[in-house]
Amino acid sequence: MATKPLTDPRRDPVNDPMIDPVTGEFAVIAPGHNFKSVTQKISNVVLTSHTPIGWFFGLIVAGGILSVMLIAITWLVLKGVGIWGVTIPGAWGFAIINFVWWIGIGHAGTLISAILLLFKQGWRNSINRFAEAMTIFAVCCAGLFPVLHVGRPWLGYWLLPLPNTMNVWPQFRSPLAWDVFAVSTYATISVVFWYMGMIPDFGTLRDKAKHPFAKYMYGLGSLGWRGSTRHWMRYETASLLLAGLSTPLVLSVHTVISFDFAVAALPGWHTTVFPPYFVAGAIYSGFAMVLTLAIPIRKFYHMEDLVTMRHLDNMGKVMLGTGLIVAYGYGLEVFMSWYSASHWEFFMMWNRMFGPLGWGYWLLIMFNLAIPLLTLWWRKWRTNVAWLFTLSIVINIGMWFERFVIVVTSLYRDFLPSSWGTYKATKWDYMLYVGTMGFFTFLFFLFVRFAPMIPMNEIKMMLPQTKIKGVDAEETIEETA
Amino acid sequence: MPVREGVYGLLAEFNTPGAMVHATQLAHDAGYRRMECYSPYPVEEAASVLNVHRNRVPLFTLLGGVMGLTTAFLMQTWVSVWAYPLNIAGRPLFSWPAFIIPAYEWTILFAGLSAAFSMMALNGLPQPYHPLFNAPNFRDGATDDKFFLCLEATDPKFDVAETRTFLEQFHAVSVVEVEL
Repeated sequence: MATKPLTDPRRDPVNDPMIDPVTGEFAVIAPGHNFKSVTQKISNVVLTSHTPIGWFFGLIVAGGILSVMLIAITWLVLKGVGIWGVTIPGAWGFAIINFVWWIGIGHAGTLISAILLLFKQGWRNSINRFAEAMTIFAVCCAGLFPVLHVGRPWLGYWLLPLPNTMNVWPQFRSPLAWDVFAVSTYATISVVFWYMGMIPDFGTLRDKAKHPFAKYMYGLGSLGWRGSTRHWMRYETASLLLAGLSTPLVLSVHTVISFDFAVAALPGWHTTVFPPYFVAGAIYSGFAMVLTLAIPIRKFYHMEDLVTMRHLDNMGKVMLGTGLIVAYGYGLEVFMSWYSASHWEFFMMWNRMFGPLGWGYWLLIMFNLAIPLLTLWWRKWRTNVAWLFTLSIVINIGMWFERFVIVVTSLYRDFLPSSWGTYKATKWDYMLYVGTMGFFTFLFFLFVRFAPMIPMNEIKMMLPQTKIKGVDAEETIEETA
Repeated sequence: MPVREGVYGLLAEFNTPGAMVHATQLAHDAGYRRMECYSPYPVEEAASVLNVHRNRVPLFTLLGGVMGLTTAFLMQTWVSVWAYPLNIAGRPLFSWPAFIIPAYEWTILFAGLSAAFSMMALNGLPQPYHPLFNAPNFRDGATDDKFFLCLEATDPKFDVAETRTFLEQFHAVSVVEVEL
C-alpha cells in the first residue's frame, strides 16, 4: 500500500535503520540479519536452557484462570445448563456470544496465513505462525461453548452424521447443522496448515537442539525433513493450495455462523447484511487480538527486528478497513429497521438503542467505531505501540458487546409484550467466559516456549542474501575457469 | 565402473544459494541426473535446474475436493430423502440448496487434507532416517544457513574419485562422502 513518506519528527528517514531508504516505509526486517542470525534468534527462544522466569509466572497465572474454567465446567456437568442465565425469552446467552466472539478472533489468523499469502504480502511472514496458533487456540475455546450448551456434552457426537441404533440423523436444512460442518472443517484445516508450516522449522530445531530428548521430540515433529528441493517444491505447492482453500473457508465460516441468526425470522437477526458484516467484524476483532499478543511478545522476547513497526502499522490499516465495513453494517441495520416499515423491526432498534440494555449498544459504538476509527487514520497513532495495545483491548471488548447486543436485545423483547423478559448472566457464565481466556493464554504460553513462534524458513526467504543474480553466476564461472 | 557399495553419494557444501545453483547447473550440463539440492528454504532456481517444478500435489487435491463434494452431497441426499425423511408442512425432501453448504465445507476439508497428505506421501515423509544425516556438516547447516548439492551414487556417471574432482572445482566449503 503506497503511503506518504514518514513525517514523524521523532524519526529521521535518512539515518533511521528501521526505515527503508528507497520507499520511505518501515522495514519489514531490520537490516543486518543473515540466515544464521535468524535461526539463532528464533530457535534460541525454544532451545534455551534458561526459561525466563516471567514465562513461568505467566503460565501459572494463566493456569489459575484455566482452573476457573475447569471448575465452571465440572459444576455445569454435575448440575446441568440450569446454572447458566439462559432462560425464556433469552434462550441464547453467553454460550453463543462467546462462541461467536472466539471464532471471530480466530479469523485473523487464517486471513494472515492464507489471504495475505495469496496477495503476496511478504510482511505477513513474521506474524503468520503465532496468528495461526491464535486461530487454533481460539477455535478450541469457541468449540467448548456449543458442546457444553447441548446439555449433555458426552453426547456431543450426535451432532455428527454417524449411523446409530436410533436411526436418527442430523437435520441438514438447519444452520446449526451447517455450523458443525463449517467449524469442524475450519479447525481441522487450520491445524493441518499450522503443523505443515512448522515441519521445516522442527527440522531446524532438531538439528540445533543439544538435549537428546529435545532432539528426539523435534525429530519426530519434523517427520525427517531434510530440505530437499523436490520436497520444497511439493511443500510450496501444498502450502499455496491450502492457502487457496482456506480463503473461501474462512469467509464461509463466519457466514455460516451469521446464518444461525439471519435464517431465523426474528427482528434484529433476519437481515441479509449479516454474512459480510460478521466476516468483517471477525477479522476486525482477530487483528485486535493479534496485536494484543504480538505487542507483549515482541517486547518480551526482543523480536522488534522481525516484528517491526511496519507490521503494527499494516495491522492498524487492516483494522481501519474492516472497522469501516463493520460501521457500514451497523449503519445498514439502523437504516433497514426504518426502511422495512415493519413495526417490530423499528421497535427492536429503538429498544436496542434506548431500552433497558441500551448502554450496551452505545458502549459498542464507542469501543468499536468512535475510538478506533477516529485514531487509526493517522500513522502517528498507528505506530504508537502503547495506544495500539490499548486499542486492541478496546476493540475486543467492543466486539464482545456487539455479539451481546445482537443476541440479547433481539431476544428479550419480542413480538408479545406479555412474553417480555430480560437476560442476566450468572456467576457460572462469567467464570466459564473468563476461564476460557485463561485456557487460551495457557495454550499460548506453551506454544511460544515449545514451538518456533516465527517461521524461520519464511523469514529467510525475505533476506537479501537469497537473491541469485545471473551476472554473479557468470562471474563465478569465469573465476572457476 | 560399478557403484561402490556403501556410498550414498558425494555431498558438496556451499555458503550461498548462488554457488549451489551454479554447481547444480554445471553438474547437470556435465550429464549428472541423480542429484538433489538441499537448502534451508525453497530455492526456485535450483528447482528450475533440476526441473522439478511440476508435481502431482494439485491433482490429488482436485481429486480430494471432488470426492468431498460428492460424498457430502450424496450423504445428505440419502439421509434426507431415504434414510430419515422428515415431512415438514409438505416441503420437498430433496432440498438441495440447503445441502450445498455442508458439501462446500467438505470439498474444502477433503481437498485440504489431500493437499497436505499427498505432499507428505509424495515426499516419502515421515522418514526419520536418511543416509544424509550421517554427514555431520549436513545436520549442522542444511536447515540453518548452508546449501548442499548431493550427486548420488546411483547415477551412471558417478565415480567417487572423478565426481569428487568435479565437485571440488566449484570452491565448495567441503566435499564429503556420504555413507549409505
